[in-house]
Amino acid sequence: MNNSIAVSVKGVSKNFSLPQERITSIKSGIVNVFRKKNKNLEVQYALKNVSFDIKKGEFFGIVGRNGSGKSTLLKIISSIYKPDSGTVLVNGSLVPFIELGVGFNPELSGRENVYLNSALLGFSKKQVDEMYDDIVEFAELGKFIDQKLKNYSSGMQVRLAFSVAVRANSDILILDEILAVGDEAFQKKCYEYFAQLKNNNKTVILVTHSMENVTRFCDRALILDNGKVVTMGSVKRVTEEYTRQNAQASDPKALKGKKSSKTNDFADIKLVLKNGNNKITEAFYDGIEDRIINIDTELVIKKDISKKVFISLLIKNINGEVITRIATEDIQGETERIGYLKRGDKIKIKSSIQNIFGEGSYYIALSLKSVDRAESYVESEDHAKFTVAGLGTNGFSLRPDNKITLIKE
Amino acid sequence: MDNFKSKYRYSLILFRELVITDFKIRYQGSALGYLWSLLRPLFMFGILYFVFVHFLRIGAGVEYWPVAMLLGMVLWGFFSEVTSNGMNAIVSRGDVIRKINFPKYVIILASSASALINLLFNLIVIAVFMWVSGVDLHPVALIAPFYVLELLIFGIGLAFLLSVLQVYFRDTAYIWEIISQALFYGSAVIYPVSVVIDQSAFLAKVLLLNPVAQSIQDVRHVLISDVNLTLTQLTSVWWMLVPAGIVVVTFIFGAWLFKKHSPNFAENI
Repeated sequence: MNNSIAVSVKGVSKNFSLPQERITSIKSGIVNVFRKKNKNLEVQYALKNVSFDIKKGEFFGIVGRNGSGKSTLLKIISSIYKPDSGTVLVNGSLVPFIELGVGFNPELSGRENVYLNSALLGFSKKQVDEMYDDIVEFAELGKFIDQKLKNYSSGMQVRLAFSVAVRANSDILILDEILAVGDEAFQKKCYEYFAQLKNNNKTVILVTHSMENVTRFCDRALILDNGKVVTMGSVKRVTEEYTRQNAQASDPKALKGKKSSKTNDFADIKLVLKNGNNKITEAFYDGIEDRIINIDTELVIKKDISKKVFISLLIKNINGEVITRIATEDIQGETERIGYLKRGDKIKIKSSIQNIFGEGSYYIALSLKSVDRAESYVESEDHAKFTVAGLGTNGFSLRPDNKITLIKE
Repeated sequence: MDNFKSKYRYSLILFRELVITDFKIRYQGSALGYLWSLLRPLFMFGILYFVFVHFLRIGAGVEYWPVAMLLGMVLWGFFSEVTSNGMNAIVSRGDVIRKINFPKYVIILASSASALINLLFNLIVIAVFMWVSGVDLHPVALIAPFYVLELLIFGIGLAFLLSVLQVYFRDTAYIWEIISQALFYGSAVIYPVSVVIDQSAFLAKVLLLNPVAQSIQDVRHVLISDVNLTLTQLTSVWWMLVPAGIVVVTFIFGAWLFKKHSPNFAENI
């Protein structure tokens, strides 16, 4: 093997036979032998002919949606699973972190678990003795270290496991993003560790579905979908492809963009997203035309409304946190211009906002409420979705001159 | 070569840590802790001793029979622990096996080592009973460890075999429990071989071809009294090849099967 290659995966395939009822008893084993056709067996491909090389010192990302085969690939590289065909060559020592605290036993003290977990990572007792104090200090456990693990909070357990894990001094590290769970402080520690590995030019394989992490840490990445490598290469290329794929997965028409129409008792609503060139789209990349997001909304009123109203659009991130709000009541005189709505009135709102968003997916919620907030006529959560990708974590720079124009017909 | 060394080093580190953990967990949370390793057999043997000396007269004519029986019980217990703990060892470590790759045979060896430690504690208690009963030790007693080793190798071989079967078929545990019971009564543990000889000398010879019966009987012979007739005494030295052959073949087959299937454990547990 070329000496600059750390991990070489060649034509790896893996399938799992999924019997509807797993044969774990001899009776069903015998019964199945006598059945001429084994109907219960259903072969499912986890990986199909996967090949790639990871260079030494590279931070390599493996991305894919749930069930795409990431974990299986990870386990095959870590030789936990055996591939059905193909080969994996690993040049150097390798430590997988599919989960922290492997082998932790709740009946043992923190101290004993440190030794046990370290042994699984290949540390001798003498080596652990030397770094023991550092581990305890890093875990911020203090005198709790001699308590039984079952008395620890989950946060304490994770901290202890992580403190051992960061000691792993192997040539190649396999990290699952799932590691970075826990409170913010712990997540920060994790990401600092990832960054430190990057600075030390360690060979790292990071499994993730966060494009933000790929952009932040990885040199190269690949996308797995249904067990196959869809894209491999530069981070930019991979992030763009992944976003496109994700958008397609949630809606096949999404790539071209679409008009979201919804209706309720009070109004029919249409919402269209366009880029700066007025091309309908739901995905915004790093082109100049992607710096503007045009949102065209049209409401056709179906019932007379006796109160003064306002219309608002909320843009939320994937966690449901409001990023920005566009509302007619924010603009002087607009509420008066809308006036009292009657059946058959048509309201068009064209709003143009700067694409100030970071990588990720965003949802637009639309509402039509009375100015006094007493009545809510239309409340449409997740009315539309758009995705921003290929920008890095920073997004476009902020230029707050959002425009909004309103035409009442 | 370097690779082989580091692999071996890893196995050793793991082995050590697994044995220590096993030992610690065994007496976790009890006030007397490790002392139970001695107290438990002491009281159990005390009860058995009492029952056998005063009520059951099975081995009445055999010199030092109560102690010989206790020794048999201890050795049987050791064999039983090696096989049944070994059988369940892989499945019960499933969570670790699914998350990290390491030499799986270490698990089996560590569980056998735990059984061996337990045996040593029991033998200390046996020594006390031997002393109380007035058993004289002869230099030939030095051979005893070899017979224990024979029993250990047989047990590990079976543990390899059973642990693989247990991964694929959970019925294995129940089937082994039954076979194990049959083996217990077929291994002259709680009755002296002389009782069988009285019935049929041929039957006694067949019985002693079983490596468990043969090794237990040989340990009794060298440690306690030569009234405990061994296979070589009843037949000839050459017949020793049968139990020895069974042990070797079982071990090699078990180890081969284990090595062949251990890469598949993670996805089948």
